[in-house]
Amino acid sequence: MNKDMSPIPTNNGDHSAADTGADLHYRSQLDQGNFLVQRCRDCRKAIFYPRMVCPHCGSNEIEWFAPSGRGTVYSTTIVRRKPEQGGDYNVALIDLDEGVRMMSRVEGLSPDAVAIGMKVLAKVVDGDEGKLVVFKPETAQ
Amino acid sequence: MMDKRLRGAAAIAGVGHAGLGFATGFTKMEILIQAAHRAVSEAGLTMRDIDGIATASVAATMWAMPVIEHLGIKPTFIESTMLGGSSFVAHLLPAIHALESGQCNAVLICYGSTQRTSHLSRAEIGHARRKLDPQPYEAPYKPLSPLSSYALAAARHMHQYGTRREHLAEVAVAARRWAQLNPEALMRDPLTIEDVLSARMVSDPLTVRDCCLVTDGAGAVVLVRAERAKSLKQKPVYVLGSSTAVWNRQISSMHDLTVTAARQSGELAYEMAQVGPADIDVVEVYDAFTINTLMFLEDLGFCKKGEAGAFVEGGAIAPGGRLPVNTNGGGLSCVHPGMYGIFILIEAVRQLRGECGERQVESAELALVNGNGGTFSSQSTAILGTEATL
Repeated sequence: MNKDMSPIPTNNGDHSAADTGADLHYRSQLDQGNFLVQRCRDCRKAIFYPRMVCPHCGSNEIEWFAPSGRGTVYSTTIVRRKPEQGGDYNVALIDLDEGVRMMSRVEGLSPDAVAIGMKVLAKVVDGDEGKLVVFKPETAQ
Repeated sequence: MMDKRLRGAAAIAGVGHAGLGFATGFTKMEILIQAAHRAVSEAGLTMRDIDGIATASVAATMWAMPVIEHLGIKPTFIESTMLGGSSFVAHLLPAIHALESGQCNAVLICYGSTQRTSHLSRAEIGHARRKLDPQPYEAPYKPLSPLSSYALAAARHMHQYGTRREHLAEVAVAARRWAQLNPEALMRDPLTIEDVLSARMVSDPLTVRDCCLVTDGAGAVVLVRAERAKSLKQKPVYVLGSSTAVWNRQISSMHDLTVTAARQSGELAYEMAQVGPADIDVVEVYDAFTINTLMFLEDLGFCKKGEAGAFVEGGAIAPGGRLPVNTNGGGLSCVHPGMYGIFILIEAVRQLRGECGERQVESAELALVNGNGGTFSSQSTAILGTEATL
């Protein structure tokens, strides 16, 4: 994923001087198909969701990078819904290999087949209100 | 570091509730005022004596103002921190500070909701909240709010510690058995482990019977300085410890889905009260979902992390068990009007006064209360005691 991603403006990581907030930057990159997360230049820890200061050390020296997209299901639930309303669907928490957690869903298999510990890969899809990061099983073709 | 000089400095002198279950024909303000009036009268005070107010609302962001207006009081202490369901437990410590500093003399902590009979549907409220209090990194995945967040925590606890759905069901069944001893509880018909397991699944692993009720209800407590409480009408219930902790808002930002901030609030409340879990006679924790009770029993030190499932087996927290937990029937079977925190305070006070009838815990002297808000987001622990514990 992200192979045709354009260079990412970082404003040298200084969001106090950035053109937009972290949220809009994330969203506008996502709308172009690029899934980006942040990393602190000081403590080097990854950050998600997008922040203006590092929640690990308080620094505002934050940069963007494209994660590998690889992750592991940390927890999962099936939201039960009547078939006529669209049927059951999955909601999961995914731990990215880079060390951050996000809410998402695992697609491409039955919601009850999604299991904690499952290795998954990110993909950017169209959601109801803009692009969305979802995951598919790593073993899927 | 907790100020141990505040241990027992203030006492709850009156409690009251109104509109439990269905408050058809009343607004949430009206039942709040009824509960407030009962709490103040029970204490042997009048509304003229109230010069401190603590309240919060799910919907109204300036809620203290209409409450003050309706009561016609001119308080010198106003506390309206909104941390979800734990708020009213969280209001204790600032109220104690205000009483001790002389800023005020009698604080009314109060809440009311008519979410059950309100004309506003839950869908409408959900829609409004998504606009006013957006969570753009969770909402697009359509978790049931707040249910799926607790389901994710339950699933992780089960995976990590071998906790089973039967353990969750034990919590619901224990709550129901307590409710059967409480004439004020809404759900009093028999409930078995099998009933919970076979109930309609909502967000795995939680069924509808793993979830709290949706009711109306209002509650109020009156807090005064300990010296004054002694001369009032009711047996004083002293606040020995109080602490509030928030580590995150969203479930996706929770550091470890099996550990809540109650570990912090509990530790500090115990430190202030100078007691430990082994000293507690009765436990009232916010059971929005069955997983809550398990997590709080662990985080508050009643058993080790991961062992709450085994701890509650065989009716251990039900009437006659090893530890009385949620003796009014809890949010699961007694009452749950949107935010439940005030009701665990009220039940703890009544247990310590010894006025709980069939469900009375014998010689209860020390009670622990733990309020929860958001999606395991805010935790507020209070330790209450009788005069013998001072």
